[in-house]
Amino acid sequence: MQHKVTRFAGSTFTHVILAGYSILALFPIVLIAINAFKDRASIFDSPLSLPNAESWSLIGFEKAMKNAHFFSFFGNSMIVTVTSLFFILLFGAMAAWALSEYRFRGNRWLMAFFAFGIMVPIRLGTVSILKIMVSLELVNTLTALILVYIAQGLPLAIMILSEFMQQIPKELKEAARCDGVGEFKIFFQVILPLIRPAVATVAVFTMVPIWNDLWFPLILAPGEETQTITLGVQQFIGQYATDWNAVLASLSLAVLPVLVLYMFFSRQLIRGITAGAVK
Amino acid sequence: MKKPFPWHILVFLTPAFLIYAVFSAFPLLDTLRLGFYTTSETGSQHFAWLANYRMLLFDPNWSEGFWNAMGNNVKFFLVHMLIQNPLGLLLAALLSMRGVRGAKAYQTLLFLPTLLSVVIIGFIWQLILSPLWGVAETLLGYVGLAEHFQPWLGQEETALYTLSLMSVWQFVGIPMMLIYAALIAIPDEIIEAAVVEGASAWRIFWTIRVPLILPTLGLVTILTFVGNFNAFDLIYSVKGALAGPSYSTDILGTYFYRAFFGYQSQLGSATLGAAVATLMFLVILAGVGVYFFFVQRKLQRFSF
Repeated sequence: MQHKVTRFAGSTFTHVILAGYSILALFPIVLIAINAFKDRASIFDSPLSLPNAESWSLIGFEKAMKNAHFFSFFGNSMIVTVTSLFFILLFGAMAAWALSEYRFRGNRWLMAFFAFGIMVPIRLGTVSILKIMVSLELVNTLTALILVYIAQGLPLAIMILSEFMQQIPKELKEAARCDGVGEFKIFFQVILPLIRPAVATVAVFTMVPIWNDLWFPLILAPGEETQTITLGVQQFIGQYATDWNAVLASLSLAVLPVLVLYMFFSRQLIRGITAGAVK
Repeated sequence: MKKPFPWHILVFLTPAFLIYAVFSAFPLLDTLRLGFYTTSETGSQHFAWLANYRMLLFDPNWSEGFWNAMGNNVKFFLVHMLIQNPLGLLLAALLSMRGVRGAKAYQTLLFLPTLLSVVIIGFIWQLILSPLWGVAETLLGYVGLAEHFQPWLGQEETALYTLSLMSVWQFVGIPMMLIYAALIAIPDEIIEAAVVEGASAWRIFWTIRVPLILPTLGLVTILTFVGNFNAFDLIYSVKGALAGPSYSTDILGTYFYRAFFGYQSQLGSATLGAAVATLMFLVILAGVGVYFFFVQRKLQRFSF
């Protein structure tokens, strides 16, 4: 009897803490979302209440949409993120395969070279990166951002993917080699499809920091044409600080892509972490 | 017979190697080199051995700011270590208990803030904590604490801690997930054996589960360290490059930005920026070194 009571108390305690913290985690996001749909007076008078028939208003979204650059910011972020991701995954998987499959001189040295990049942030090389981009005439282009993000994402991608590749059974590769299949065909037609779950995990880990980065857009591509959504929103807030409707609505819009992405990938992400992809 | 040259290895490795070498490894080395140069008024650079470092560490005009940023960065890191990581451990421990209904849903919700951009996070919290809007004051009023409300982000004594807590709020999902993954990897037999022996849940947690996940706790610590000593975005988006009020929220990242790009009447200098980046590099390297030589070597990874 007493045992049951303790267990009940224990599980109540667990849920109180978890639910309490979940509310704390969600509250700010919900607060922005509900106020984005209200008129200006209600945002100030009753910030904590849901929009109702009286306070409902889409004026903020209209203003945010009228800002000519809003869509171009979105587009820039999309281009940068998707392109970087594609090359990180492709080049990362190729390098991971070479490092984990073949024995050659310098193999371990190369592994260590890439592993170094996991611990040391690329941001510390910014002074030189800017110099390089100036000399390549890539300042204020999306290409500059893409190149830096590929370099930034490769180390972790290579580490996680090579760990997965080592688990692929030997017989599979040997069988293909006996049939005279070339090394490139083995990689693209046998190995790549096999590591798809790992690729999805790496994709999420790599995508979020790129989408959210403020530092490199600020330094390498601050021009109006090349601003990403993160930098754009940051400046939008400064510019329209007093226009609460527009700011709240644009914040809600800026959160949206990440939310959609998360819905789409969250199971994969959590499975990837718990499967020990990141150790 | 001589083996043919393994062209395929070269093809697989070259793209990754080139991009990583040119845009990450080389700039890092070049930055270390540039730290030894100074820029003259005409913009040309001269080798100056340790002049930048002498200035940053000992010239009162610069060193005061540098040590202030360093001290603030240490506080920023300590808040994460004392609040974020224990909180992550607590949440992970609760999530990993058997038979917690809705554990998956909690995981999803708790991880959400981590995915949002700091620009958004910073602005949301700025609004909530601003006396103007009064959401925080109203909420404190519900529990009878309204008179304790202060403009925490605007005061010199509290701004840094408030920002640290905002960062904790955002990133607690990462230690939580890593620790959770380690906890559920512990085989059931070990726990069951202890249960049969009559050990309490509390004791099992501290004497069996925590020792088994020490390598993960070490990893969380070093990730926090590197992340914190490289932080920039949150402070910049809430407080701007000047990290006010009166530099009370200045950390190495914002100090680096100002040295590199300048601010107000102060001109930016690439070589001085490189020197600051080198010092940051040394701090991070020291942390990573301590981790590898003293922590990771002693902790054996348990493989099940």
